[in-house]
Amino acid sequence: MQVTMTVNGDAVTREIEPRMLLVHFVRDELGLTGTHWGCDTSNCGTCTLWIDGEPVKSCTTLAVMAGGHEVRTVEDLADGANLSPLQQGFMEEHGLQCGFCTPGMMMTAQALLDKQPDPDEATIREAICGNLCRCTGYENIVKAVRWAAEHPAGADSEVSA
Amino acid sequence: MQVPETFDYERATSVDDALALLAKHGDEARLIAGGHSLLPMMKLRLAVPEVLIDINDIAGLDHIRIEGDEIAIGAMVRHAALKDSALLFEHYQVFRDAESVIADPLVRNRGTIGGSFCQADPAEDLSAVGSALRGSCVITSVEGTRTVPMRDFHQGPYETAVADGEMLTEVRFPIRPGSGSAYEKVERRIGDWAVAAVGAFVQLDGDVVSDVGLGLSAVRAPHYTIPEAEEALRGKPATRENFEVAAQLCHDLCDPTSDQRGPSDYKRHLARELTLRALTRSAARARGEDS
Repeated sequence: MQVTMTVNGDAVTREIEPRMLLVHFVRDELGLTGTHWGCDTSNCGTCTLWIDGEPVKSCTTLAVMAGGHEVRTVEDLADGANLSPLQQGFMEEHGLQCGFCTPGMMMTAQALLDKQPDPDEATIREAICGNLCRCTGYENIVKAVRWAAEHPAGADSEVSA
Repeated sequence: MQVPETFDYERATSVDDALALLAKHGDEARLIAGGHSLLPMMKLRLAVPEVLIDINDIAGLDHIRIEGDEIAIGAMVRHAALKDSALLFEHYQVFRDAESVIADPLVRNRGTIGGSFCQADPAEDLSAVGSALRGSCVITSVEGTRTVPMRDFHQGPYETAVADGEMLTEVRFPIRPGSGSAYEKVERRIGDWAVAAVGAFVQLDGDVVSDVGLGLSAVRAPHYTIPEAEEALRGKPATRENFEVAAQLCHDLCDPTSDQRGPSDYKRHLARELTLRALTRSAARARGEDS
């Protein structure tokens, strides 16, 4: 069946089977492979993207259910070649090792920062408890989110502050 | 890759539309709300509906409001909204307790109270809360609506009172002045199903328990409750000794099975301990001593 949705600001239309999961739609139909496909059981959270501004697990959402809605993926965080403050935070604080969980972590963390620009550590840990990381022990991920909170305009804000 | 069996997809725009689609497609159609219970079952092919009717676009099923002496909650209210609702917290702290330990924030952004109730998983948390609070379920069909007590709604594992051609549209809970409520859960890790969990409310008249409700999850308590434990406490002073009597009855009368989440005797132990904790905290909240 035909499905139309907005992905990262652009309207997209595809002919798909109703059983296609949203994670496969963005990766295989749209070529947006920043969203990762992990456990397939809504546990690991690396497939996290936004539907209408809310972070959700796209392995447990049908693509057709996103029809008519606004989807945002990790590709939309950066502004061209300029990384977002959160992405810079992951670089500055070594918030990743293998990188597999990172797109989901960032989409969850960005949603938190949008609602709560200055979250404390406990709030961050609660927010990302549906995103699993097997490398970092979460410590540096929490620091990365804090870095973004402290540098809302990115690396330049440190100079002007 | 986990792939559901093929199905046709329909999107309902109103309750009437959903009911018409249910009537059209018969008993092989399933409603899908957040999909966080149904889709995993479809991916494992434990559920193989021929038609999915998406009800996410239906307006007017996402309310949390006072109606008379009840709180009315629309079936499409998502877990995240239940957790954040100040109105709900004012009357029943148990919802925030439970919603803090149901899955994770991402799942809670999609999953709904109606979906949780209709899934009727025997280890589900909100169903135990609903049973503890002795709420009711509003079921809608083309003939109109009927209201079913929560404890009749759940008829067994994955079985509810919702018949073909019907849908759950609202759940309602009586407001109980002077009450406190709480949810206590033990899980293997954050976001997991309960090893065991207990929800409770305690309504106090002075030092006496004027009314009490208990809901138990994952320990094979019929309709998620042990009425004998409630009966033992009702009308008695709200003391630790009396709470222990009720907790012991929960231990004795539940019927947990041993599985990968733990042996049955451990689950019985949890049924007792978590009942004691839930009652103690509920009573403290009723007295205004605990937030």
